[in-house]
Amino acid sequence: MIRFLTVRIGQAILVLWAATVVVFLLFFVGPGPNSVARTFAGRLATPARIAQIKHDLNLDQPIYQQYLHWVGNLLQGNLGYDYYKGQPVNSVVAAALPATLSLVIGAAILWIAYGVLSGVISAVRPRTFLDRGFTLSALVFYSMPTFVLGLGLIWIFAYKLSPVTKFFPFHGYIPLTQNPGQWFEYLILPWLTLALVTSAGYTRLTRTSMLEVLGEDYIRTARSKGMSERRLVRVHGLRAALTPVVTLAGLDIGVALGGVIITETVFGITGLGWTIVQAINLQDLPVIMGIAILAAAFVVVANLVVDILYAVLDPRVRLY
Amino acid sequence: MSMVPEITGEGSQATLEAAAEPPHVSRKVIRGRSPWQLAWERLRTDRAAIISAATITVIVLFALLAPLIAHWLGHGSNQQFVDIGEDENGNPVPPSSTFWFGTDSSARDLFVRTIYGARISLSIGVLATLVSVAMGTVFGLAAGYLGGVADALIARLVDVMLAVPFLVIAIAVASIWRPSFWLVIFVVGVLGFTYPARIVRGQVISLKEKEFVQAARALGAGPLRIMFVDLLPNVMAQVIVYGSLLIPAAIVSEATLSYLGVGVQPPTADWGAMISDAQGYYQYGFWWYLLFPSLALLVTTLAFNILGDSIRDALDPRGGGIYK
Repeated sequence: MIRFLTVRIGQAILVLWAATVVVFLLFFVGPGPNSVARTFAGRLATPARIAQIKHDLNLDQPIYQQYLHWVGNLLQGNLGYDYYKGQPVNSVVAAALPATLSLVIGAAILWIAYGVLSGVISAVRPRTFLDRGFTLSALVFYSMPTFVLGLGLIWIFAYKLSPVTKFFPFHGYIPLTQNPGQWFEYLILPWLTLALVTSAGYTRLTRTSMLEVLGEDYIRTARSKGMSERRLVRVHGLRAALTPVVTLAGLDIGVALGGVIITETVFGITGLGWTIVQAINLQDLPVIMGIAILAAAFVVVANLVVDILYAVLDPRVRLY
Repeated sequence: MSMVPEITGEGSQATLEAAAEPPHVSRKVIRGRSPWQLAWERLRTDRAAIISAATITVIVLFALLAPLIAHWLGHGSNQQFVDIGEDENGNPVPPSSTFWFGTDSSARDLFVRTIYGARISLSIGVLATLVSVAMGTVFGLAAGYLGGVADALIARLVDVMLAVPFLVIAIAVASIWRPSFWLVIFVVGVLGFTYPARIVRGQVISLKEKEFVQAARALGAGPLRIMFVDLLPNVMAQVIVYGSLLIPAAIVSEATLSYLGVGVQPPTADWGAMISDAQGYYQYGFWWYLLFPSLALLVTTLAFNILGDSIRDALDPRGGGIYK
C-alpha cells in the first residue's frame, strides 16, 4: 500500500509539472511576447511603448527564466500578479472560486441524485415505460450541447413563463454571504443546466451496473432466502453497483471545480471558467496560468483520491 | 467476443444426422455466418437504429445538396435580403413561404444557413473523429503491445491532456493561429484521441498473450508488423464502435468552439455561431433564430448517439448497451 501510494503521488506530481509546462508553452511561447504586449498596450501603441511594457512585464527575459521565476513563485504559493490591475492572482482566484464552488456543488448533488435514482428505477423495472422514458431523456440530454440547454431553459423559464414565474433571474452571481435567497434564485437555472447535461451519463452507468449486479449469484441467493425486493436493491444491489458511479462522480467534480466555462459564460457567473475566458481575451498570462494550474490540480487530486479509494475498497486493483 | 459462427436450423445435431443419411434426402442448408453478418442482422432489426440511420441519411443529403437547394430557392447562404429579409426596424422576419426558417439578424435565409451549417458540422465531426481514431489506435497499440516505458509515457500524456481543460487548450490554440476549418479539425481531433487510445490499449493487452501473436513472433515478425498486421484487424470492431460514438462528441465540441467564437469564422454558416448570434434576439420574440439551429444540432447529435449505441449493441450484444 505504501508503495502504491508513493508511486501514485509521484505520478500525480509529474503530471502536474507537465501540465505547467504545457500551459506555459501554450500561452507564453505561443502568441509571443510582442502579441501579448500589443494586446496590453492597445491598438495605437508605439514600438517604444510596447518595448517598455515587455520590459515591465518581464516578457523580454529568456523564456526559461520566466518559467523558473513563475515556478519559484508557485512553490511559495504565489501565483503572480495580473497584468492590468496588478492584483495578486491569488486574490483573483479566491474571488472567482466561491461562484464555481456554489455552481458545482449544487449541480453535483442534483446530477448524482437524479442520475442514480433514474438509473436504479430503470434497472429494477427494465423495459417498462419508466425505463424507456429515463433512457430516452438521458440520451437527449447526453446529446444536447450545454449552451443549447442553458439558452433553452432561459427562454422557457425567464421569458415564456414570465407571467407565471414573475422575474426569473438568469444572469449573474450573488454571493451566498451577501444574500442567500438571491444566491439560490440566481443559481437555479445554472444548476439545472449543468446537472441535466451531466446526469445522463450517471443514469446510463447506474442502469448498466445495477443490471449486472442484479444478475449475480449472491443476489439470487439472497432472493431465494426470502429477502424483500426493496431491501435486496437497497442493501445488496446499490452498494456493489455504485462503485463505478463514485469513481465517475469524483472525476467529474474534479474537472468541474476547475471552471465550468460554458455554463458560467451562458449565465454570466463570474467563476473560474468565466474568469479564464476573460483573461485569455486580454492575454493576461498570470491569471490564465493560475486558473489553468488550479484546474489541473483539481483533476489530478480527484484522480488520486478516486484511485486510492478504489484500492482501499477493492484489493484486486492494487497493482503495486 | 465469441467468434463461433451461429448455425441456422436445428443446430449442430442436424449436421451429424445429415451426414449419416443417404445423399438423395434433402437436408437443411447450414450457413455459417461471420460475426459481422450477425451484427448486421441485429442492426437491421433494431428500430432505433433504422430511424436514426434514416435521419442521418436525410441530414447528409441536405448537406450534400445544400448548394442545389439554395440555388433552387434562389437564396445564397451569405446573401442578405435587405428588402424582404428584415422588418422596418431591421430585425429578423419570422418563418414564411419565402424564408422557411425565417431570417437572421443580417437578413439572411436561416433555412439555407442551417443546411449549409450541416456541411460544416458533419465534415468536421467525421474528419476530427478520423484524426482521433487514427491517433488513438496508434498510441493504444503502442501502449498496449510495447508496455513498460512506452505505456507509462503514453498514460502520463493522457493524464496531462485530461488535466488541462479542453476548452482552455482549444481557445489558446485558436488565439495563436487564426481559427479556421482545418484548425478546428486538428484541435478537436487531437484532443479526442485519449478515449479510443484507452479502448485499444485494453483490447491489445488481452490480445497480445494469444497464440496467434506468439506464432507471429516465432515466425520472426517485428513489433511493428505484429501491431499493425496482426493486432490491428482484431481491434477494428471496437475502434469502429467507439469511433461512431466520437462523431456526435466531435460535433458538439465543434459547435461549442464556434459558440465561443474560436471555431469556424463568420460569415461561414455554422450552427454554434448561429446560436451565439441568436443570443441577443431570441428573448424578444425572434424564437426561430435560436430554435432552428439548436434543433438541427440536437437532432444530428441525438441520431449519431442512438446509431452508435445500436452499433455497439449489435457488435457486442453482451456489452453494456442500454437497449438490452
